[in-house]
Amino acid sequence: MPSFDNILNAFILLSNFVLLPALTYGAQLALGALAVTLVYSILRFANFSQANNMAFGTAMAILLTGFFQSQGWTISGFPTALLVIPLAIVITIICLLLTDRWVYRYYRINNAKSITVVMVSIGVMFIMGGLVQLIMGPEQQIFADGARFIWTAREFKTFSGLSEGLALKTSQLTTILLALLAVGLVFYFLQKTKVGKAMRAFSDNEDLALLSGINPDKVVFTTWLLVATLTTIAGVLFGLDKGFSPLQYHLLLLPVFAAVIVGGIGSPLGAIVGAFVISFSEMLLTYAYKKFFIYLLPTSLEPDSLLQLIGTEYKYAVSFVILIIVLLIKPTGIFKGKVL
Amino acid sequence: MNNLAHIWQSHRQAISILVMVFLLAFVGINQSWVLALSIFNLCLISAIMALGVNIQWGYAGLFNIGIMGFAALGGLSVVLISAPAVPVAVSAGGMNMLFALFLLLLSIVLSVYLSKHKYNKGWVVLSLVAGYFAMRYFYIDAAQAIEAVNPSKTGYLGGLGLPVPLAWLAGGLLAAGAAWLIGKITLGLRSDYLAIASFGIAEIVLYIIKNEDWIARGVKNVTGLPRPVPLEIDLQQSPWFEEMVLWFNQSSLSLLTEAEKTKALSILLSEYSVVFVKLCYSSLFLAILVALIIMANLAFDSPWGRKVRAIRDNEIAASAMGKNVKRQHLQIFVIGSAIVGIAGALLVTYTGQFTPNSYQSLRFTFLIWVMVIVGGSGNNFGSVIGAFFIWFFWVESTPMGLWLAETVQNFAGTDNGVSAFLQDRAHFFRYIFMGLIMLLVLRFAPGGILPEKDKKL
Repeated sequence: MPSFDNILNAFILLSNFVLLPALTYGAQLALGALAVTLVYSILRFANFSQANNMAFGTAMAILLTGFFQSQGWTISGFPTALLVIPLAIVITIICLLLTDRWVYRYYRINNAKSITVVMVSIGVMFIMGGLVQLIMGPEQQIFADGARFIWTAREFKTFSGLSEGLALKTSQLTTILLALLAVGLVFYFLQKTKVGKAMRAFSDNEDLALLSGINPDKVVFTTWLLVATLTTIAGVLFGLDKGFSPLQYHLLLLPVFAAVIVGGIGSPLGAIVGAFVISFSEMLLTYAYKKFFIYLLPTSLEPDSLLQLIGTEYKYAVSFVILIIVLLIKPTGIFKGKVL
Repeated sequence: MNNLAHIWQSHRQAISILVMVFLLAFVGINQSWVLALSIFNLCLISAIMALGVNIQWGYAGLFNIGIMGFAALGGLSVVLISAPAVPVAVSAGGMNMLFALFLLLLSIVLSVYLSKHKYNKGWVVLSLVAGYFAMRYFYIDAAQAIEAVNPSKTGYLGGLGLPVPLAWLAGGLLAAGAAWLIGKITLGLRSDYLAIASFGIAEIVLYIIKNEDWIARGVKNVTGLPRPVPLEIDLQQSPWFEEMVLWFNQSSLSLLTEAEKTKALSILLSEYSVVFVKLCYSSLFLAILVALIIMANLAFDSPWGRKVRAIRDNEIAASAMGKNVKRQHLQIFVIGSAIVGIAGALLVTYTGQFTPNSYQSLRFTFLIWVMVIVGGSGNNFGSVIGAFFIWFFWVESTPMGLWLAETVQNFAGTDNGVSAFLQDRAHFFRYIFMGLIMLLVLRFAPGGILPEKDKKL
């Protein structure tokens, strides 16, 4: 039987390398997935340009961060990006509203088939991707400034006297707090405000909503507003945590869609739950458990291999496999989706 | 004006072919014939890929955005089938690897059997998990052993050393297998699911190819793959080729002295050998493309094609008539992907090397879709025309972009930020440009250059 300290150490180890990063990554995915689900349930198409929209929002935030830093407008201890998020959101809102006006509106008015709109969104995806690469270049960029840690692993060790440390990065704390705030506001908005109720009604039954005098333009406008906000926040938080590179954002498309489908396409709560399912399974399956079991098992049983279930390079495959499993077992997702 | 529009309406096909021939001839005369021929060859390969996608989209409305993955699988099969084997690596880890794959296959078959016969879901999961771990136990050692064999030169199992045309067939089969797998799972559900699943499988296929060095050396690339046409160097040394070149240039060579003649002849020989090899490829690809188009059109006019059209135009009515919609869609998805796989294999044969890093979704998936849409979705010949135009502009847009950057430079003087920026990032304009073309065609001319002919059922 391992000592209490060893159990605690094992748990801290797991929290530091798996649970906390998974929570952060899940929160970032959740915001992106929520945006996809909103577009899906109200505008009725799967928006494939979501990941590249996130890259666009982040690119704007990076440019603004550079400007703010050159002016000396920073907050001590926290990344400057937090200051510029509102401005970046405004630019993304304008960009998405223009895309809607020039591209998607035509198909909405003409009641085009959903698959045609999906194809159109792929065209938008590549234009956005090209635009972002044109502005930012293809290389990876780190734009997180300020203190890197709230507390480091060493500080934790001296504080608790354990041999394992639990570091808390600034980006992790920011992500969790900001994501909670954003999700809370979106749910409040959808449940309590008049426009939010109109959006839900529109998603539930378009004809009936139109009949009862709901203005469809207003619903569409508000949806893009919410989507752009979520998209920018998700993109910036992901970039603060892992750095910004256009290709990496392009590849976020699969985990985001997997989260939406796992949770139940069209269901906001499902999108959030799905995001955490994806992020936790990704982290839990690719972590090497050797050290974890060294703490828990007696010395005679000590493992000699890494005890890794899947190589880290196949992280991306995890979300795909989960997606396939859900499609095989329960295609409607965890929460039966379709309506808000 | 009206008259011109009328001529265009009635002779779309002839005019677009003429324009394309003219453009290629323009490149041939102004840049070089070798370049014109290599553009032409890649146009042909793109056309085959576009044909495969067009069959999926035009015949069944299936939205496949994993074209890159199927093309990569086709390319991989060239390595697996036609590359020379590495006997040392095979004896080092070949048996273990084979056994590992056999175990994985066994566990999958077992779990499918269990779930078909309504066993407890726990057993299904258990058989998969146990199979996975058993596979991993043998696989790790085998992979290490294989990759340790002369890593700078081989470090992989090598291929079977069989003739190249077999590799093309195998490429089609491999792509068809992957398509069957995801089609079986996602078809019959919402149409977006096929799109997202195909996107995912394409990325994962490439992750596997890049990371599993024992299959095809990963990012270290496999070069010097066998080719179905003679080598340039052999041609230059063969007497019949020399005679042919002499015969072609009789008049110009007869004016020269003997010493000048040998020198001129050797230059001519190297030029002609490159062109000759490219022409060999062209005729090969053209033959395959024509055969595929004829088969596709014959199939479309057959009773099978009538069924396909009936399902496409009204799924509910067709299924009420007893047609199995899902099965039909699966069939078409597999056929289309197989054609993409064949094209991917042809591409690797043509370049003679397998380079996983060159597979990018922008270059493969997206560009092929632009070809299909611009050419005219649903029309087989249209997608060929689209492939020619789009590939031509894709290749020639780099010189055009550089020309633009130079013009800015000349206009604004040297050392200005704009032209340096343009020169650095010029190639990203292509994506924006292609995206715009796609959106504009979808919006204003959804039929494309050659719209689909309405066929009465």
